[in-house]
Parts: sequence; C-alpha cells; structure tokens
Amino acid sequence: MTFTVYVPRDAGALSLGAGEVAHAIAREATARGLELELIRNGSRGAYWLEPLVEVATARGRLAYGPVTVGDVPGLFDAGFLTGGAHPLSLGLTDAIPWLASQQRLTFARVGIVDPASVADYVVHGGYQGLRRALAMSPEAVVEAIIGSGLRGRGGAAFPTGIKWKTVLEQPAGQKYVTCNADEGDSGTFSDRMLMEGDPLSLIEGMTIAGIAVGATQGYIYLRAEYPHAHRALSAAIAAARQARYLGADVMGSGKRFDLEVRLGAGAYICGEETSMLESLEGRRGEVRVRPPLPAIKGLFGRPTIVNNVITLATVPTILHRGAEHYAGFGMGKSRGTLPIQLAGNIKRGGLVERAFGLTLRELLYDYGGGSASGRPLRAVQVGGPLGAYVPAAQFDTLVDYEALAGIGALLGHGGIVAFDDTVDMARMARYAMEFCAIESCGKCTPCRIGSTRGVEVIDRIIEGRETEGNVRRLEELCELMVQGSLCGLGGMAPFPVQSALRHFRGDFIARGRN
Amino acid sequence: MDTLASEHRETVRRIVGGLKGRPGPLIEVLHAIQAELGYVPPAAVPLVAAELNLSRAEVHGVVSFYHHFRSTPPGAHTVSVCRAESCQAMGAEALALHARQRLGVDFHQTTPDGRFSLEPVYCLGNCACSPAVMIDGRLHGRVTPERLDELLSDVDRKR
Repeated sequence: MTFTVYVPRDAGALSLGAGEVAHAIAREATARGLELELIRNGSRGAYWLEPLVEVATARGRLAYGPVTVGDVPGLFDAGFLTGGAHPLSLGLTDAIPWLASQQRLTFARVGIVDPASVADYVVHGGYQGLRRALAMSPEAVVEAIIGSGLRGRGGAAFPTGIKWKTVLEQPAGQKYVTCNADEGDSGTFSDRMLMEGDPLSLIEGMTIAGIAVGATQGYIYLRAEYPHAHRALSAAIAAARQARYLGADVMGSGKRFDLEVRLGAGAYICGEETSMLESLEGRRGEVRVRPPLPAIKGLFGRPTIVNNVITLATVPTILHRGAEHYAGFGMGKSRGTLPIQLAGNIKRGGLVERAFGLTLRELLYDYGGGSASGRPLRAVQVGGPLGAYVPAAQFDTLVDYEALAGIGALLGHGGIVAFDDTVDMARMARYAMEFCAIESCGKCTPCRIGSTRGVEVIDRIIEGRETEGNVRRLEELCELMVQGSLCGLGGMAPFPVQSALRHFRGDFIARGRN
Repeated sequence: MDTLASEHRETVRRIVGGLKGRPGPLIEVLHAIQAELGYVPPAAVPLVAAELNLSRAEVHGVVSFYHHFRSTPPGAHTVSVCRAESCQAMGAEALALHARQRLGVDFHQTTPDGRFSLEPVYCLGNCACSPAVMIDGRLHGRVTPERLDELLSDVDRKR
C-alpha cells in the first residue's frame, strides 16, 4: 500500500528544516521498502510546531512535530505512517486546540491542499465561487462583495466592493486587476503563507474580480524577498492555465482573463498602491498624487482594481458561500474574519484566523502563550512599521479596525509584533524614523527630510542631550510629517514614535537624568 | 565610463530583445540582467536605455531607486540579515553585529576575498520564526549567532 505523508514547503517551515526532513523521510521509506506519496503542502501556521509532518490515516490526518532529521528513523520505528504513538505525536491535526478554535475562511485550504494541484483545489471547494460568478451579472458580483462587508486587508480597510463598483462603472475598454503582494510590514506573513499554501484561491479571486469589472489582464506585484511564493504562484498559474481556468475562455464562458507575476525589487514604498502601479510600469516607485484614483486612472492610465492578497483570496469563499455567510462573522463595521499574524517575541507564533473581536490579550496569551523569552510582555506593535506601539495596559483592546483606531493605533495588515520588557522604546522610535529614511521614495519633503531629522533628534535624546527640548522638537516634527506627507509612509511613520512617546515617555526622558 | 565586456553586451541585448515587447519592461529587464550577471553593470545602463528608447537618467534612476539592484558584482554568497522589528524583538541587532564581526565587513559590503556579500533586509516574512536570515535564497529561522556560524561554514565549503 501507499502511505500519504505531508511535509510543508512553506518558506517558514523550510527555514526550520522541513526540506531536510522531507528528504530524510523519503530516504528512510526507500530504505525500508515502503511506498510513499509525499505531498508538499503549505503550513498550517502553527510555526512553533514546524516542521509539522502529517500522515493520512483512516481516522484523519495525524500530526507529528516539530520533527528534526534525527527524529525520522524513530518515527518509522514507531509506525507513524499508520498513526503509531511517538513523543512527537500531536494527534489529529484538526483537533490541536490552537488550530481547532480558529475560524478559517480565507485560510480554509492552506496547509491542507497540494498548492500545485488544481484537482486537489477543486476537491476542497475551489472554483465554486468563480462558477457562481460566471452565472451572475457583473453588478450582482460587485453587490455580493459590497454585501459581505469585506474591507481591504492590506491595511487601508477601504470597502472592497465600492472600489470594484467604481472600476465596473468606467467605460468599457482595457481594465486591469492588480494584486498588491508587496507584503513588507515586519510581523506579517499571511500573504506569503497564502501564496505558498493555496495560491489558486488568489488566482480564483483575481479571476472573479476580472469577470466582475470587465478586466482581461491581472498582475500580481510580488516582492522580491519572496522567492518561494514566486515559485508556488508561477506553478499554480501554469496549472490553472492548463486546466482552462485562466486564458481566452475561462471555464468555457467565452470570457478572457490571464495573469502575470511581476517581481518588485526591494522597495517598501511599493506597497503603497500608486507607487506599486509606477513600479509595475517599470519606473521608480514614486507615489502618484490622487486624484485620479487608480480605479479610474490606474495601471497604464486605465481603470484598475488594486487589492491585497488576502482581500482577493477571500473573494472566492464570499461568492461560494454567500455574502451573508461572510458578513455573519465579525463585529460592527469589521465584518468577516481576519488572518492575524503573531510575531516577534512570542512563544507560539503563527497565523490565527478568527472573526474580528478578539482582544489583544487573548491573542497574545491564549494563542501566543506569552513571550518566547519567558519575560513579561511590555508592548506590541500592531500593523507593521507604521503602526503604533500598544502598552500592556491596553491589551484588553479588541482587534478590529474601529477599536484600535479608538486608542490611536491601527490594525493594518494584521501583524502583531511582541516585545518583552527588555525593549528600549527610544531605540524602537529611532528605528521607525530610520526605516522611513531608508524607504522614503523622496518625492515629498516632510518624509524625505523629516525622517532623517527624526533620527538625528532621537539620537540626541538617546545621548541625553537637552532631552526636554528635543522631545518637544520630535513631537513637532512628527506632527509636521503626519500633516504634510504625500502618502502613508511619511504620514504614518510618526505613529510608532508618537505612541512610544505617549506610553513610554520614561524611555526618552530618563536618559537626560543619567 | 567603463565599457561593457562584449559577451555581457550580447547578454544584455538578448535579454532586452526578449522582453521589450512587454508592457513596462524595464524592471523585468533589470531583474533578468542581474539574474544572469549577478549585478547590473553601470556600463549596461546606456545600452538598456538605447534598446528601450529611454533616457540613461530614467534607467539609472530605476537601478538606484530599488535596493535589490546592485551596481557591483556580488560575492560568491549573499547573506541577508533581517533588521526589522519582529527580528529585533528576538535579538537581530546582536545577530547583525555578529555577522559584521565574523565577516569583517559592514552591510552593503563584500569581503575582500569575494566570498560573502552582507546585505540588510527589512522583513523576509518569517516573523513567527525570528530572527531570520537568507543565504543565497535559502531562508533560515530562529538564527542564533552560533547557528549563523554553522550556516556560513556550510556554504563556505561549497566553492
């Protein structure tokens, strides 16, 4: 008989040795004369258990982890291929509490399917959404997205359906669907996981978008730092084209839609939508002045949808299971689920997809298990390098767009980076300005010059020189950058600085007294 | 300005010829040149500009805008150490210091023997396994200074 074994090809799992483990399992099986089907799936997102090896049994998929190469002979001796007991045994994967308590809609297939197989995708509900969309009018598809309450998951949280409606209403002619896969925020990796683990859901989502607004060509703007995702996407696009889910006659509908991946080149600013469009056109990624909106005049001057990976990958489930189903999750104006990423100094880091409405505390302690170092958590940065630092005293804040805005923070792309009590918040503030200086596109002065001056002022504060005056100067500079910058980079880079000053003033002021 | 070696001239012409019909091809062209030559030689800029009907300033502007494109040949191995917040929360600053000391160069530099180029990177998307390092396109997670030494010794054995 043939045994089915799953070993992730997710970049994070590979970074912990999953590739070597897969080789060792294949080698050991050959040596023992056993026949294996080795499937390289995505990650389930429980990174503290990676490399997580699964075997298919009559009871369901059973998990073992974290597995090292040295564990492999012992796993075979224990009969893990048929679910044999072993110290690394975790039981049924779906029953692992960290996973079982999640509400996975967007990530329903990640870690489960073979990312390169269209057939496996279809078996797990794939292309049901596109099938429905093809039977609907474009207006009805757009209405479904509006009705679902889906908001842009890249960070800006703009209602996705409204954006689509604007593109749909533009006169017929060349239109584009672009996917912003320039996931540059530290602490975020959901785009990467999805593109590596279930790339066809993104491809299907973009195809639905194209059908809905009358666009025939899509571009995925992928950051160059993601070579694994590039390979997974390229393979999946080729497979979808082969199976006629992409191309001149999508699912026999007579409608055309095709896709291409374009690689970025290491510029954080290209995650800003107009800068991304400039880069897709082959130019410096300098931001454009809006209006006109990309939905009216976007890529190559044509009406263009710009959506994040998670936004687009959520579209198939909305079409498949209905807008009401999706809108039934969440709270207030934050509908649906959010793939949250737990990162930094956290014991059980990874991907948690839940309906909006958990508290930071639940995420950090119930899922995250507290700090990796064992020391108390002092602060978390939510929403990437432009997001505010939230002190432990505010960990009861709900994770939704409005609740975080209410405490002067932002949700962004859903990344949460945890820091223990050894963190020096003045240094983190300095880094925020330094990062802005490195990544500024240079088009507007508040961002280009302000960030460099910000680093200098914080350096003086750290040296304890004229602390009070320099803190005041820093506050004025932050205000000027927020008010005067052309886009979110210069306009938001002060957020972590301002929040550090607000909640951790002692880290700045105390230096003057030393 | 240096002139481009004739074999490189042919490579650049071939790459541009294959891509110039595509919409907005410049960044694609630069990626392809760097994939083959390891860098974008400054002497290739006028050639790319002429072939794509762009000004030299436009091409140079793009090469210099993006951190990924390099104008000097890389070392035999490229070591990228993540310096972003998640990795900082797990000791990336100490790891970066260790990498500089061990290789004897600063970021954006190549060792005199041409073995290693050391580059900073701002997020590799491996934030649940911080700190992260990428060596020649291979991602590594939870990298301690000792683990970095092992990884560098491993790749150094490969010529």
